[in-house]
Amino acid sequence: MSPSPVIEVKNVFKSFKTVHAVRGVNLTIYPGQFVALLGPNGAGKTTLVEMIEGIQKPDSGEIRILGKPWKGHEKELRQVIGLSLQETRYIEKLTTFETLRLFGSFFGMGKERVEEVLQLVGLEEKRKAYTVNLSGGQRQRLALGIALINHPRILLLDEPTTGLDPNARREIWEILRSLRASSDTSMILTTHYMEEAEQLCEQIIIIDEGEILKEGTMKDLLGEDSSLKNLDDLFTALTGRRLHD
Amino acid sequence: MIDRIRNNQLWQLIRANTLEKIREPGVLFWGIGFPILMSIGLGLAFTRKPESVRHVALISADTGSYSIILKDDKLGNTTFSMERMPWEEAMVQLKRGHVNVAVSIGDSGYRYHFDPMNPDAQLTYVRLSPVLNKIPSTDIIQHPASSIQYPASGIRHPGYEEDLSAVTASEVDVLTVTGTRYIDFLIPGLIAMGVMFSCLWGLGYGIIDTRSKKLLRRMIATPMKRTNYLVAMITVRLIMNVIEAALLVLFAWLAFGITIQGNIPALLVLFLAGNIAFSGIGIFLACHTSKTEIGNAFINVISMPMMILSGIFFSYHNFPDWVIPIIKPLPLTMLADGFRSIFIEGAGFAQTATPSLILTLTGVVFFIVGLKLFKWH
Repeated sequence: MSPSPVIEVKNVFKSFKTVHAVRGVNLTIYPGQFVALLGPNGAGKTTLVEMIEGIQKPDSGEIRILGKPWKGHEKELRQVIGLSLQETRYIEKLTTFETLRLFGSFFGMGKERVEEVLQLVGLEEKRKAYTVNLSGGQRQRLALGIALINHPRILLLDEPTTGLDPNARREIWEILRSLRASSDTSMILTTHYMEEAEQLCEQIIIIDEGEILKEGTMKDLLGEDSSLKNLDDLFTALTGRRLHD
Repeated sequence: MIDRIRNNQLWQLIRANTLEKIREPGVLFWGIGFPILMSIGLGLAFTRKPESVRHVALISADTGSYSIILKDDKLGNTTFSMERMPWEEAMVQLKRGHVNVAVSIGDSGYRYHFDPMNPDAQLTYVRLSPVLNKIPSTDIIQHPASSIQYPASGIRHPGYEEDLSAVTASEVDVLTVTGTRYIDFLIPGLIAMGVMFSCLWGLGYGIIDTRSKKLLRRMIATPMKRTNYLVAMITVRLIMNVIEAALLVLFAWLAFGITIQGNIPALLVLFLAGNIAFSGIGIFLACHTSKTEIGNAFINVISMPMMILSGIFFSYHNFPDWVIPIIKPLPLTMLADGFRSIFIEGAGFAQTATPSLILTLTGVVFFIVGLKLFKWH
């Protein structure tokens, strides 16, 4: 018997004024699975993830988290989700520790968990630094720490490494790899870096203009065609464009 | 038990909000330093000066100046510095505000030129003319400025001196009773203004800023209770406002001897009502936009007209009669008038119950409408 899915997205549509952001997306994610939504800027990744997060409502279609729709289950679903949004700026003159403490309190978590998370994301030395004084990589690790504070069953990360240098990016990857090894948390991560998708996720979903173009493991995606060296080539073969332009 | 309170989200929200505010030096300056500096500046500017100098243009082809001094033990000495200059130059000096009266010499004596709408110019005219009119204009025309010595008694060269002490002694009673000075008028207004700005900026702008940072969106993606967020913001604002107002009152008492004549519980109720009113307005203005520039504009549009109309710095009775019914119901007017009645006139609940109630209702209405329209993400 296969375990029941943690996330089910069925035929979801969403438009803003003139833009059809998401057009008929279906996906199913199981416990412990790490999934990448790979696509260029404006592909509809953020809209899709925000609908899964319950921040936006689909125009049509159905989204279920742990078998439950958002409507009527908001309170319990918020408890089990950890997420990071793009470009969130935290309270500038609050320290790393205080920021984690604040978000911890929303989940009823105490100081002990804050200490654990500081260690997990490698920010012990920055515990007394104001968030405004953190580097880009440290800020993203703080965002990740906030996402992890409630031991989430589902982790939703929107472009967690965009704008970071390769070193800072690898630090984030390390944290996520050890999370995968030590828990059965499921993750959806949006990215336009193919290395990120390759490195972290067994399941990769290529998305463009609000639609899923192709999905599967690296092997599934590249296996059929020997002319494709990497996901960038695959994206070009599918759309005629490159992943980041 | 203590740990349970510390882990409580409302407690943590209040704590975070407080730390955010007090770690920003600008907040302390604008909230506490600025009103005190303003009361020092305006208090000194409008407090009776023992010596005052009024510059008057004396239309003449040549230049030079001499003074007419009015000595007065009670009202303070006034020196009229009579500065000879051609007409064109006098107009320039009038525009610059260096002089506010120009005197020319015609066939029938002195002519006084000034703007009757300018009360300061009127005062110069009223005080100068009786003295100047005693000096024959021919003397002033014929003699160069430096040689005028008139009359023989009380000469101060170069110029003229008259002692009014005997006159004022018999007819003027100087009032320096607390409550009639400009500073007594000013301080309650400044407290009201502080409440307004603090709520509009601290609460309204603060919410818009949080929304613009996407932090609001991030927070409501957790099990955080939305009411807790707003309650924390309002609580912190109220605490800060109490501290700011208390410091200003303390300063006013130490520096100017201002005391609260009326009922203190009534003052506290009115203060709370003012906070409710402007918190409601703050929430309302912040309910939708995520652009701090728009928030900035909203706050200016709301606060600037009230700053001018509501009689913070000068009485709104200077405005034409037909405007008064529009000014009186403005929340800032109600709050400032209420504070003044308690501070200066010794009012109690009987006088302030109505404004307190109206201010509270205003706040509640704005709060409810703002919450209905509130955009959390």
